[in-house]
Amino acid sequence: MTAADQGTGPGDGSGARREAITRGDVVAWMRAFAAAVARDRDHLTELDAAIGDADHGINMERGMQAVLGRLDALDALGELAGGGVGELLKTVGMTLVSSVGGAAGPLYGTLLLQMGSAAGQASELTLSDWASALAAGVSGAQARGKAELADKTMIDALVPAAEALQAGAASGLSLAEALRQSAAAAQRGMEATVPLVARKGRASYLGERSAGHQDPGATSSWLLLHAAATALPAGLAP
Amino acid sequence: MKKLINRPQDVVQDALAGVALAHGDRLKVHTAPDYIVRADAPLRGKVAIVSGGGSGHEPLHGGFVGRGMLDAACPGQIFTSPTPDQVLAATRAVDGGAGVLLIVKNYTGDVMNFEMAADLARDEGIVVESVVIDDDVALQDGRHTAGRRGVGATVLAEKICGAAAERRRPLAEVAELCRKVNAGARSMGVALTSCTVPMVGKPTLELGPDEIEFGVGIHGEPGRERRPAASAHDIVAALATAIVDDLPFGRGDRVLAFVNGLGGTPLLELYVVYNELHTLLASRGIVIARNLVGSYMTALDMAGCSITLLRLDDELAALWDAPVVTTGLRWGA
Ligand SMILES: Nc1ncnc2c1ncn2[C@@H]1O[C@H](COP(=O)(O)OP(=O)(O)OP(=O)(O)O)[C@@H](O)[C@H]1O
Ligand SMILES: [Mg+2]
Repeated sequence: MTAADQGTGPGDGSGARREAITRGDVVAWMRAFAAAVARDRDHLTELDAAIGDADHGINMERGMQAVLGRLDALDALGELAGGGVGELLKTVGMTLVSSVGGAAGPLYGTLLLQMGSAAGQASELTLSDWASALAAGVSGAQARGKAELADKTMIDALVPAAEALQAGAASGLSLAEALRQSAAAAQRGMEATVPLVARKGRASYLGERSAGHQDPGATSSWLLLHAAATALPAGLAP
Repeated sequence: MKKLINRPQDVVQDALAGVALAHGDRLKVHTAPDYIVRADAPLRGKVAIVSGGGSGHEPLHGGFVGRGMLDAACPGQIFTSPTPDQVLAATRAVDGGAGVLLIVKNYTGDVMNFEMAADLARDEGIVVESVVIDDDVALQDGRHTAGRRGVGATVLAEKICGAAAERRRPLAEVAELCRKVNAGARSMGVALTSCTVPMVGKPTLELGPDEIEFGVGIHGEPGRERRPAASAHDIVAALATAIVDDLPFGRGDRVLAFVNGLGGTPLLELYVVYNELHTLLASRGIVIARNLVGSYMTALDMAGCSITLLRLDDELAALWDAPVVTTGLRWGA
């Protein structure tokens, strides 16, 4: 595998590459996403000021701070490590639903809740389980917001990312490489929102004037998948 | 940014604490999750009405909680819809067994969050109906947009449905009335200056000193088109013509005319607008049978106004005249 030399995580004491995703990895993913959202908060809000209502970075930061608080609380109770991956994803989803508000709250909340349902009780997920869970989450978000591809929403980053991950799993890529390709697909989807005219969400109020701006939700979705590519292959030891 | 605030992230909580202290005799303010509820809720056998939305539009919605209007309001963060757990908690708190009507403004976030809350409430056995308000003529309705925004008609729907619920009309009728108000109302707004969201710290909309934005909503989002500043006469003509032609309103119609300030416009100017509106409607044979002039649905500190016209019949006029006791609207009691 070409990516093998980059795939060993710091928490992976044996030095061998782990090809399964655990609760510890989900925690690392959420911490990485929270850090990215905090770092890019103003950028996300500026993108939303151009075609929305200047709150996307603020909404996402509030939500991810709540998620961090929830993870810390679970940690303090000693409940972070034990249990299924799905249950933890659902906890994150519920926290987002009850803290983000706006359009992004129900959409990211539903994404994580549906991923959690698809992940089920397992304490470790293979790449192909993980890819199916992401696909289920993305369909959930799509059903919630009723957006189609090219409506200039987060769906434009999420759908290609989920498809790339499933394709990577099917063609036997390593976890690290599949996640990288998924993040790259999200980035292309995000960049492709620039020329589009929005047909969903607040940006659709602008009609033609929404063209020429990158969609804020697609941008935060790319951050989510980029965080997965950096955090999951190098996640915490179980 | 100059504002009478402490930390920007605390504005909503600090304001809710103020509301609780100022109006504790008539309202209860719950926090985490946040909602404002009539002190005497739940009322047995009365349909309860719950609304909510982003903060920054005061007195909407919290200022309309009270006898003859809302049973509860759910304030979100500034310009951000409330979360499902807020709406669910408010719905539980006011349900008096006759069901709950959720009045939702048509914004993607509000619609999705209220939808999730309605599903959760129904799972608990509470009878819930939702009506979405979408009266803004600045936007074309259609498959290629999120649809028209809910603006001024929301205030009128909350008042009229609140009066119907107070008369113990059943849920299906109150919801039908809400749809009737929405169907017969049209609005449009104009911004003279942008608003500034506390957490952002700078104006949302870049408007030059001699520019105005037509067809704005209530969040500082760009509107339909930018034009050079003009006289009240010309501005009202543009707004009112778009509204009248859309429904359309015609000769002989009796209407409720609502001139709404967006937060940074003096009442003096709103009466200038009302005067122009009255003259223009009279010239088209449209009779203003009721009116409301003031800042009731604001966009923080934005200067500008919106105009809403609602076609009245005897039923709607009587419900409009019925007593209301809230911090935002109060008469007849
Ligand atoms: N129907 C939809 N389906 C999928 N994504 C959507 C939809 N509507 C909006 N979005 C995404 O949500 C993003 C905006 O999220 P944000 O947190 O700013 O909420 P908002 O629209 O401002 O909500 P609110 O109106 O309550 O303030 C958009 O950039 C877009 O990617
Ligand atoms: Mg927004």
